[in-house]
Amino acid sequence: MEMAQELHVLAVDDSHVDRKVIERLLKISCCKVTAVESGTRALQYLGLDGEKSSMGIDGLKVNLILTDYSMPGMTGYELLKKIKSSLTVNDAFILVEQESSVLSKIPVVIMSSEKILPRIDRCLEEGAEEFLLKPVKLSDVKRLRDFILRGEGDDNKETEKNIKQVCSRKRKFQDDLATQSMLSAVVTVHDIELSSPESSESQQPLSKQSKIG
Amino acid sequence: MENQKKRQAAYMKRSLLDQGYLDEQFIHLEELQDDANPNFVEEVVKSYYTDSARYVRNIELALENGPYDFARLDNMMYQFKGSSSSIGARRVKRQCSQFQEYCNAKNIEGCRNIFQEVKQEYDTLKTKLETYFQLLQQKCYYREHMI
Repeated sequence: MEMAQELHVLAVDDSHVDRKVIERLLKISCCKVTAVESGTRALQYLGLDGEKSSMGIDGLKVNLILTDYSMPGMTGYELLKKIKSSLTVNDAFILVEQESSVLSKIPVVIMSSEKILPRIDRCLEEGAEEFLLKPVKLSDVKRLRDFILRGEGDDNKETEKNIKQVCSRKRKFQDDLATQSMLSAVVTVHDIELSSPESSESQQPLSKQSKIG
Repeated sequence: MENQKKRQAAYMKRSLLDQGYLDEQFIHLEELQDDANPNFVEEVVKSYYTDSARYVRNIELALENGPYDFARLDNMMYQFKGSSSSIGARRVKRQCSQFQEYCNAKNIEGCRNIFQEVKQEYDTLKTKLETYFQLLQQKCYYREHMI
């Protein structure tokens, strides 16, 4: 089975806590993440700030930009406008490339803890794909991922299915691996101390008690 | 022994939720943990308290002497409230909202008073979460010493 490529998401948020959370949400959803703290940094990464960036956009293609709305300096809205109106030198050389290679075509999603309708309208009008209310949930991220997958590549359905399968298998493998090494460690201790072995059930961490839907 | 600690931790979490210290966002964060990332929530909470200390300090300074920049106060509180919301700190978040209302009303005394409440909830939650994470760590004794 062909290994599906992971989506690469550029996350922009001035809050360190929120960056940590969004990174985790994206990693669980099997996305590569680049998290930056400001619109300026995001533009640098995308090579849009006029300066030469060591990261070529062709080398690390971004499939989705997820940005907070309220940030000091450049707001998420301003960042959105800059991206949607961007015309880079790359555009001139794109002949038979996929449409999504063009920076301005990269979907941008705005996040905010405030549900202000005029704000939402303004962002959507400017070309934002969606507006997410914070705190962002795993279901939001998965939905976004699936949406992006549907828009990427020719074999959309196959790619989408592959990524979902690989993603759930990967998580299970990591879980099994960690559980196994933990269990064997416990068994070793018990062998030495000759006490009765604990059942494997009691090894389940609290987080396993409530599985996400 | 381990089952007892696990039960205590679960009981404490239930209690924190019932008393409104935490909301479902905390549960959502715990659901992001797995065997490969067992301490994610504790790390996020630690980050929260490290990062937000700055906001608390700056708000405190801004409340001391006039002229009072209510827009700036509101902005600082907005950021602090956002982080609090991200970890599910329900009571802290509620006091933050109250503070913002006093900002809008340009009521400095109101702001000062409510900020004392904010700090109290913030500190109380910190202590409770430290206890909670300690209870969780206890059951990882074998993991820490053998791996």
